[in-house]
Amino acid sequence: MSRLIREYQVVVVGAGHAGCEAGLACARLGLRTILFTVSVDSIALMPCNPNIGGSSKGHLVRDVDALGGEMGKNIDATFIQSKMLNKSKGPAVHSLRAQADKQAYSNQMRKTLEKTPGLTVKQGEVAKILVEDGKVKGAVTYSGATYRAQAVILCTGTYLKARCIYGDVSSNTGPNGLQAANHLTNSLRELGIEILRFKTGTPARIDGNTIDYEKMERQSGDRQVRPFSFSTKIEDIQKEQVSCWLTYTNEKTHEIIRQNLDRSPLYSGIIEGTGPRYCPSIEDKVVRFADKDRHQVFIEPEGLYTSEMYVGGMSSSLPEDVQFAMYRTVPGLENAEIVRNAYAIEYDCINPRQLNPTLEFKSIEGLFSAGQFNGSSGYEEAAAQGLIAGINASMKILGKKQITLDRSESYIGVLIDDLVTKENKEPYRMMTSRAEYRLLLRQDNADLRLREIGYQVGLVDKKDYEYVLWKKEKIQEEIHRIENKNIGVNEKVQDFLGKNNSALLKSGATLADLIRRPELNYEMLEELDEGRPNLPWDVKEQVNIHIKYEGYIKRQEKQVLQFKKLEEKLLPENINYDDVPNLRIEARQKLALYRPVSLGQASRISGVSPSDISVLMVYLMAK
Amino acid sequence: MYTDTIAAISTAVSASGIGIIRLSGPRALEIADRVYRSKGKIKKLADVPTHTIHYGHIYDENEIVDEVLVMVMHAPRTFTGEDTVEIDCHGGIYAMKKVLDTVLKNGARIAEPGEFTKRAFLNGRLDLSQAEAVMDVIQSKNRYALKNSIQQLKGSVKNKIEKIRKAILHEIAQIESALDDPEHMSLEGYAEHLEEVLKEQQGEIRRLLSTVADGKVIQEGIRTVILGKPNAGKSSLLNVLVGEDRAIVTEIAGTTRDVLEEYIHFGSAALRIVDTAGIRNTSDLVESIGVDKAKEQAEQADFILYVSDASVPLDENDFHIIEMIQDKQAIVLLNKSDLPAQVEAEKLAALTKKTVIPISAKEESGFAELESCISSMFFQGKLDLPEDIYITNRRHKGLLEEALESLEQVQESLDAGMPEDFYSIDLMNAYEALGGILGESVDEDVIQEIFENFCVGK
Repeated sequence: MSRLIREYQVVVVGAGHAGCEAGLACARLGLRTILFTVSVDSIALMPCNPNIGGSSKGHLVRDVDALGGEMGKNIDATFIQSKMLNKSKGPAVHSLRAQADKQAYSNQMRKTLEKTPGLTVKQGEVAKILVEDGKVKGAVTYSGATYRAQAVILCTGTYLKARCIYGDVSSNTGPNGLQAANHLTNSLRELGIEILRFKTGTPARIDGNTIDYEKMERQSGDRQVRPFSFSTKIEDIQKEQVSCWLTYTNEKTHEIIRQNLDRSPLYSGIIEGTGPRYCPSIEDKVVRFADKDRHQVFIEPEGLYTSEMYVGGMSSSLPEDVQFAMYRTVPGLENAEIVRNAYAIEYDCINPRQLNPTLEFKSIEGLFSAGQFNGSSGYEEAAAQGLIAGINASMKILGKKQITLDRSESYIGVLIDDLVTKENKEPYRMMTSRAEYRLLLRQDNADLRLREIGYQVGLVDKKDYEYVLWKKEKIQEEIHRIENKNIGVNEKVQDFLGKNNSALLKSGATLADLIRRPELNYEMLEELDEGRPNLPWDVKEQVNIHIKYEGYIKRQEKQVLQFKKLEEKLLPENINYDDVPNLRIEARQKLALYRPVSLGQASRISGVSPSDISVLMVYLMAK
Repeated sequence: MYTDTIAAISTAVSASGIGIIRLSGPRALEIADRVYRSKGKIKKLADVPTHTIHYGHIYDENEIVDEVLVMVMHAPRTFTGEDTVEIDCHGGIYAMKKVLDTVLKNGARIAEPGEFTKRAFLNGRLDLSQAEAVMDVIQSKNRYALKNSIQQLKGSVKNKIEKIRKAILHEIAQIESALDDPEHMSLEGYAEHLEEVLKEQQGEIRRLLSTVADGKVIQEGIRTVILGKPNAGKSSLLNVLVGEDRAIVTEIAGTTRDVLEEYIHFGSAALRIVDTAGIRNTSDLVESIGVDKAKEQAEQADFILYVSDASVPLDENDFHIIEMIQDKQAIVLLNKSDLPAQVEAEKLAALTKKTVIPISAKEESGFAELESCISSMFFQGKLDLPEDIYITNRRHKGLLEEALESLEQVQESLDAGMPEDFYSIDLMNAYEALGGILGESVDEDVIQEIFENFCVGK
């Protein structure tokens, strides 16, 4: 029987947040790319929370944008509320979060995909990966069509053998009732890939017309919105924003949950997957934090196209009748009508230690993977991996050097290093505490950190790159000027200080000295700073941060120097750990299993001790 | 390149003639210049040619510490490939320790076991055969150091450090979960709370550090206890051991005039004899401090000298002691062998299952046998190497100081009105430093703590 056979260079499986970035990166780098999705109406779908960004996730979006990814631009075009979180804290933890109009977000991404030359979007289920002699050759769809390619990028999200569950109801579908992908897992197993089963969940959606907002606290967006993308002009995105709402669970809610715990599929054993601790269901919270008499509930709009509201903080897999009773105990939700029930979802994913930090499988050349398939969770984590997988698949085909970001360069580096190096027993979420050099990995300097890499790869155009070079120069010049600008003791200065509750000067100081005072900053000191050059806001922001936090930043830079040293010692690909004398058995086994790229990565594998690293160093030298 | 400068004693800590303190790192010359003064007091080590030797003195501020020869070697032609200064001082624990302390005070950090070799390797200064030979030493030293630090940390010190770490970790998790989930968790009024915790934990670390000065944390020799019933001859034994003919390396004076500890060297093994005051002031250790206390001391000791009186029959006291030394490294000294014997060496050996050496403290006989017996125990590995205990403990002290400094830095950030995320940077450093004492890595601790104790998530 004859079947369709097509030739591409890259096949991307899945068009969620990872797949879209991967597909766009490959096509933009000039490769003929086909992007498969089970439904072209669900491109860049947001099946859970209706927002992009948030603590540390906002950083990921910025990093993606600086490298030439799409997520930041897409949310800038479709957000309906935006807020910089942690504004009262240090600059390292400022984090942008925007509520999205889900449909607009999806449509916008679809348009972008469709108008990208060299990118084909195709509805269909990929059922098999073709591999010959350890090299990927393409993919075969459930319908039997063959798509030959030099690289395949797996971004299957939560769709592999997906099962949605609440109470005793379970259906073999992906999120939102979409068709699951039931065939690919077997093909992957046949290729020797280790499969895990993870679980996550989402709360109910409620008809906004049945909510009494009077009983809730309004949560508004920022008066001046900051864009995610470095290419978006700040003045282009100021617009009217919608509100979110805050309410709380209470003893009555908890009572209903406690009485019905035995009906939860977690307890009855219907759910086998491992769930995330950072995203506990409301029943989990009630059990684990029994002493808390209330939990926050955030009511967030799903978009401007609908009155549906997302009930943040109350994800659940309790039966339908319990959900109905439980949601109605919350102030403002007494008469709530549920549009979509809360559910838990189980899916197949891989153990990511099978991947190189480039996101290519160690054992199969040309096979890459990204997103929830790699055991992560979250739209932003997915996009970040998708971009890296797309870039590296392209670099491989183009015969160029693949990229790996390290932990001191980007949150993306932290994310991928954690995934491929540490033991992950639950879906992995980015957190600011995971980044040890976070003072350097700020969301405000993502362009300074990563634009150059994006430019070298070919995803950032020359104009954007040259702007960053110019910006760096301006920052240095201005810092130098401020450090050397003397402020004498005079009436104007003392008046200014008094007015701003700052200690009066006893002798002269530099402008930098004053900026370092917690109650003052670069912007405020303009009136004492005659001849200040006219600089764009993003340059001023960098100058202020650099001067204010100089001591801390220098300390972290020193730590990074130490860190890099081990990172730069590469381990040969063909190293046989049985040949290395003096390694402890546990270390030998772990090293053979993870096959780290560098001594630095080896040192982060649990079970590998500092003395094992010393032993490895000596062995390396013998090579 | 490493950015810090390390120092350590690079010869065995013993009563040998010369000891070498090695400094390596970018600031080696600068630090050496801070402590070194030439005869004319003009010479700067930073200015002298590489690979030259200079005579002078080490000063701790204005006080002379030791007379030394200093060898200056510029990078890269040194063992580590970094700027290196070697200070040849008078051997002996006391002198070496003083010189080391002085360079540490002036900006060097105590080296980790094997760190010179590691740097040499990283700077491409070792060939394979050298490296492998050195690695063997590092391996055994690591094993030894680990065993040693665990030994030292059993009991209260370890518990205390764990408690401090737990308190710090809780604060880190509190801050971090608020940063990760600012809409669920607020840090309002947190600064005052943290300030209290800081004060308390700084106090705990200072208390631990103050025990270092007492010599309770720093051990520089094999911890030895002399046990024996009244009039068995403990104090005359001690007098012979520390007398003119045997080298007293140092005495650590307590707050009273009593000498609390004595150091005695047998070849390369150093014994640190504990609670000598108890022995000197009364003729009877067991009686003066009570059986329980003696038992406690025996338990903590690495080595026991049991003095038995050959001239009177064994009594209840002897049987107590025999029980105490059962699971210990010990030698039985059958004293007063010059008098008619009431106790036979063979019988005592059968009872104690230890080596029995007849001695006479009065006639100073039997001491050669004692010395060779201790030496052979030492070489068989039954007694622990003293220099490593010393270094390990210096390391502990250094880490405690580092933790304290980090907590002080948190206080500074609080005072300067810095935002909360800056606190956790230094809290984390303190947590890591204390973890270094326990040999524990940090890795996922914070994340675990956040999930366990703070309700976060959408």
